[in-house]
Amino acid sequence: MKDVSFGQYYPADSFLHRLDPRVKLLFLIAFIVVIFVATNFYGLAVCAAVLIAIILFSRVPVGKVLRSVRGIVFLLLFTAALNVLFHKGDTVYYQKGIICISLEGIIFSVFLALRLVLLVLCSSMLTYTTTPVALTDGVESLLTPLKWIFVPVHALALIMSIALRFIPTLTEETERIKNAQLARGANFESRNLIKKIGAVIPILVPLLLSALRKADELGDAMEARCYTSGVKRTKYKKLTLTWRDLVAVLVCAALIAGVVLTRVFLGAPY
Amino acid sequence: MTAQSGAAFGRFGLRGGSNMKAIEFCGVSFRYDEESPFAIHKLDFSVEEGEFVAVLGHNGSGKSTLARLSNGLLEADEGEIRVFGTQIARKNLYDVRKNVGVVFQNPDNQTVATIVEDDVAFGAENLGLAREEIGERIRFALQAVGMQQYRTAAVARLSGGQKQRVAIAGVLALKPRAVILDEATAMLDPRGRREIVEVVSRLNREEKITVIMITHFMEEALLADRAVVMNRGEIVMQGAPADIFERQEELITYNLAMPRIGYICNRLRAGGLPVANTLDSETLAEEIARCVS
Repeated sequence: MKDVSFGQYYPADSFLHRLDPRVKLLFLIAFIVVIFVATNFYGLAVCAAVLIAIILFSRVPVGKVLRSVRGIVFLLLFTAALNVLFHKGDTVYYQKGIICISLEGIIFSVFLALRLVLLVLCSSMLTYTTTPVALTDGVESLLTPLKWIFVPVHALALIMSIALRFIPTLTEETERIKNAQLARGANFESRNLIKKIGAVIPILVPLLLSALRKADELGDAMEARCYTSGVKRTKYKKLTLTWRDLVAVLVCAALIAGVVLTRVFLGAPY
Repeated sequence: MTAQSGAAFGRFGLRGGSNMKAIEFCGVSFRYDEESPFAIHKLDFSVEEGEFVAVLGHNGSGKSTLARLSNGLLEADEGEIRVFGTQIARKNLYDVRKNVGVVFQNPDNQTVATIVEDDVAFGAENLGLAREEIGERIRFALQAVGMQQYRTAAVARLSGGQKQRVAIAGVLALKPRAVILDEATAMLDPRGRREIVEVVSRLNREEKITVIMITHFMEEALLADRAVVMNRGEIVMQGAPADIFERQEELITYNLAMPRIGYICNRLRAGGLPVANTLDSETLAEEIARCVS
């Protein structure tokens, strides 16, 4: 439970930390699209090269970055197993009923796994190098056009930043409740799945109640500091584009061009 | 307080000094619902501008309700509440809150942002101030609570006392004329409690910010100009802290424990050592030395 590294900011002063959050968000979106545009390993190699550069320039420890993949290991193995077992191909190694293990299936599953890993790594680079406040400012700024159709963009952004800010607080709270229930004889170690699910309830109920109480108090504290919805607020941190953002945009353009070129000229899938 | 931070205070012109009442309750009653007893009952209470008042009382004595009523977080059922001469009404809540800041008990539940300076900025942003002004106010507020070196630190990594100092800074960024601490030290260790008490008494002394400190730790009331004891929604005792603490039997009936030094004083006198009444450990030491020699 303590290892909720996904979505956690890593404080450092690096090229990436100083980028405008809007640029980082758009870069991430472009990166995700490009990963799906790539139809061969060369394309993924271009993405991986850019990602490695990003990681190196971010000054976030590599171990910490790789840890974010841990959360999806199960998903990776599961999809890989499905693809290996059921993907039809020409070079068949083993076939029985609907199960068909082929060279193409294995290659395809590796390809998909790589895509997923790149996706998660790039997304966590965004959250490692961007504070929740900057991130929500970025989202708010990018969603500004929606204000014209009366979407409460600012309120949504604030909800998002408070949710992110409460991750460590609620993690601590969960740990506390878990210990309290253990002290009262709760059993969280059972191997029986039904019992395991049942054991979550004595944690969830107090956690929910405590979260509601916290929300109530936070609401009071925010009101006491003159927060009222609908009133025009100003921003202390103003987003401004610098030469770094221009570099990022150029890298992004190169990434898109690189992947498109590999797709066009080295088209053979995988 | 350094000369530099003193200059910062001066620049923001927080000094008061007039004889205006900061907060005034006239016959105020409040209860949380129809069936429950009054949390505050026909209360008349006022705090002068620049005063440091400690409000003491056991759990459920109505002291937190007092804080929430003063800031407009709760609306009185009966009576009038005036803040710096203006009666609290729905339409002027914004101005009331600009003048009266409240610091709550749990520092974790009043932090809005992850980074110290973003959190301190929150109130100033709500006032719609210009960026430069917000930056200045953050600098001033963090300096006032002695946290300037933590400006870009993550709030989650600070100690309880430091978090609570950030919460006070968040309130100071609104440039309030009065600050209410609603059991702001209750969740802190002794060191954190001392930090907070020092910060607020300094704000009061040097900046003439009105301070109302709600607490159930009697020692914290020592630095106040006046102590007020509440019981069942009413004020039952008030006066200089030292005088209040002398009325030991009475305090016990309101479920309040005597500060240790006061207790030692009383025991010494009962045991035949004629020490003068004090709540300060050094004075007591001198008193004992005097009596023994």
